[in-house]
Amino acid sequence: MQRYIIGRLLLMVPTLLGVAILTFVIMRVVPGDVVALRYSQSGSVPQEVIDRERDQLGLNKPLHEQFADFMGGIVRFDFGNSLWTGRPVTEEIKGRLGISIELAILSTLLATALALPLGVIAAVKQDSWIDYVIRVFSIGGLAMPSFWLGILAILTLVVLFQWAPPLIFVPIWDDPIENLSQLIWPALVVGYRYSAVATRMTRSSVLEVLRDDYVRTARAKGLRETVVIVRHALRNSLLPVITVISLEFAFLFGGLVVTEQVFNVNGLGKLLVDAVAQRDYTLVQALVLLFSFVFVFVNFIVDVLYGVLDPRIRYG
Amino acid sequence: MPQRILMAFAALSLIVSACTPQQPAAPTAAPPTAAGASPTQAPLPTGETPRMGGVLTYIVSAAPPTFDGHQSTTFATLMPVSPHYSLLYRLDPADNVSKIIPDVADGLPQVSSDKLTYTIKLKSNVKFHDGTTLTSADVVATYQKIMKPPEGVTSPRQGVYAAVESVTASDPSTVVFKLKFAAGSFLASIASPWNYLYSAAKLKEDPKFYVKNIMGTGPFTFIEYVPGSHWSGRKFADYFDKPKPYLDAYRAVIIGDPARQTAAIRSKQALIEFRGFTPTQRDELSRALGQDLAIQEASWVCVNYVAFNTTVKPFDDERVRRALTLAVDRWSGGEALSKQTIVKAVGGLMRPGGPFAMSDADLEKIPGFYRDNAKAVEEAKKLLADAGVADLTFKFHNRNITTPYEPVALFLINEWKKIGVTATHEVKETAAYLADLRNKNFEVGLDFNCDYFDEPDLQLSKFRSASGLGKGLNFSHYDDPKLDGMIDAQARETDPEKRKQLVWEIERYAMGEKAWMVPVIWWNRIIPYIATVRGYRIGSNHYTTMDMANIWIAEER
Repeated sequence: MQRYIIGRLLLMVPTLLGVAILTFVIMRVVPGDVVALRYSQSGSVPQEVIDRERDQLGLNKPLHEQFADFMGGIVRFDFGNSLWTGRPVTEEIKGRLGISIELAILSTLLATALALPLGVIAAVKQDSWIDYVIRVFSIGGLAMPSFWLGILAILTLVVLFQWAPPLIFVPIWDDPIENLSQLIWPALVVGYRYSAVATRMTRSSVLEVLRDDYVRTARAKGLRETVVIVRHALRNSLLPVITVISLEFAFLFGGLVVTEQVFNVNGLGKLLVDAVAQRDYTLVQALVLLFSFVFVFVNFIVDVLYGVLDPRIRYG
Repeated sequence: MPQRILMAFAALSLIVSACTPQQPAAPTAAPPTAAGASPTQAPLPTGETPRMGGVLTYIVSAAPPTFDGHQSTTFATLMPVSPHYSLLYRLDPADNVSKIIPDVADGLPQVSSDKLTYTIKLKSNVKFHDGTTLTSADVVATYQKIMKPPEGVTSPRQGVYAAVESVTASDPSTVVFKLKFAAGSFLASIASPWNYLYSAAKLKEDPKFYVKNIMGTGPFTFIEYVPGSHWSGRKFADYFDKPKPYLDAYRAVIIGDPARQTAAIRSKQALIEFRGFTPTQRDELSRALGQDLAIQEASWVCVNYVAFNTTVKPFDDERVRRALTLAVDRWSGGEALSKQTIVKAVGGLMRPGGPFAMSDADLEKIPGFYRDNAKAVEEAKKLLADAGVADLTFKFHNRNITTPYEPVALFLINEWKKIGVTATHEVKETAAYLADLRNKNFEVGLDFNCDYFDEPDLQLSKFRSASGLGKGLNFSHYDDPKLDGMIDAQARETDPEKRKQLVWEIERYAMGEKAWMVPVIWWNRIIPYIATVRGYRIGSNHYTTMDMANIWIAEER
């Protein structure tokens, strides 16, 4: 197990290196220029000013030199300054990281709290009206885009209660009510879609396990149905569910672009999209590396969890 | 059970009704002094005494890329940052269009008879937020940074001050600008909203101090900036123009999504947005808020241009360019488009209604502005046939911003169909769109320009030769020494009437004869806001009078 863990951790390095190289190349292939963009709102900024600023930002250096600077920075954990704002990239990310983490955790908790019981009930009550209702509910979550649900949620709150979620983020330890009254809405909207995927997965996974011999044996032993379902069926059907939930969690970390915009949540997804649009190479590179790291790390944790949840899985 | 089903249906129908577009509100839905009246009138109650106190929360639709106004070209800096700074001169908040008044200057400048020397006295009671007194040395250091920035510091408007030979302090309260040549735009250029006055001592310590720090003489001191979220400031007790500011504090909240902006005003989380809303947003707010909403509208020193890539055929042929401008019925277009997007008035190269605007009667004589569109269409068809491109097709290059670019582009494409021209709408994200415009990688494109003032030197800068002073600005990529000469001549003319004549000559030549780059329809600013906000007068731009010194909040009725 130890060797497996060390091996997996070491494998992260080439993966992240590959991501870094790809991001560096793709950003420079895409047309556009951060300096020209920064001055695009005024028609009176001459080309020489733009050229001079490009020089100052190091954008006129040969690509191999820019790449060497970037790699040197990664080794030193120095991701440089944002080309758009001039502030350190780590500072730009730090301010939004807590919000994205909290939103991802809240959404995951809500999704899991919905998906596990609903999925199990749907499986146990297969083909009954309860199953159909849950199916409609979960397919609805898959079919409706989160941003649309978000707009609907805000409109409903404004129209019915003349109230909208707070515009400014307050950390949960400063004011839990204010914090939750901002983040609960996007978490609900995202959590609903997220729960839909997990509910479907839980249902099919539990259904498969319910037909296994050991479940029949458990029932034959006279165990209570709740014990059969929770201890025997659910636990053994959790592997695919955990995979789905974890990967969704990793996605939520930076993938809530539109939902963040709709709810005006100052998270990492919005930051990434703005950075791409502004051709802020340094910020995009750092963010993509961060998201990749989260993905790779969450995958690694899931693989380790497999062994914990299912004793038959052994890593050599 | 049936009760539950009924309740579910009721909830669903509420949600659906909230999302269904509604009919525009009847004009009576809004108060006569505000939304319901002629939308161009300013609903400013008169005779009220400003109320002290309160916090103004307003929306800014983008985050500031820098704190340094001298280095910025975006409203995203001006809107949150301006309350911390003063200017030498400024636009009058009560006439936010053309009247320049002193800010820290103690009166208008004394101008020498040859119009080459401007002597400016400063008010003696102007304090920086650190308690030091503003002197002429601070003004000189500020303007030297703008005009001749030190190594490593960018100053995008450096070229605007090409006429200035020197700026010096003759005593601690007097600044003297000496010009190389008389310039009609000089006063406007020192009333630029970007020219925040900085501390000479701070600039000496670090020329980049103001990129990441705030320390001015404005009505509000800095509290905090949370990147991407909000910016806030509190009243500066030693502000020189007492009893201003009236507010205790302000908070600029960054909201990019238009739907969320509307929801923020509708729920009164924010009281105003200073850049401008669309007619749809205005109507939605008007329906929802009724008497609680005030609306001001004004024509905007912003316009879209059709840029022709004159380095490729057939757009190097002025007959083709003229045909394409002739086909566009701007008069009908302005009226129709104003109902759905932020364009309205028809004008030439200077803002319609502005001090340099040509009269409609004169404008109508220029190709592309004829009232008789049928005649224009015939003339355009003939020009295309003469040029050998009667069935012209091209890609029309545009950016992926809906307001107003998309409707304006679709309008143009539709107009060109009338003369047998097929244009395909090619939409790109802003960075790629700009790169294409700069690199001549397009045929015909939709360009734009926004300025803070009606000033020919600003609005005509895009029309200078692409290989000269127009490099990076002139996306039609032409060189025209004659036009350069005409632009120079108007810049050096100090008699306002003579200058107007020169500007109109330029318009007739550049738009009508050569059709190098032609304006479409000028933008229209719409500011719907909670009616308790007072002291704000809409201007023809979204850059000036952003220091919030005059704004106050009335008690709710």
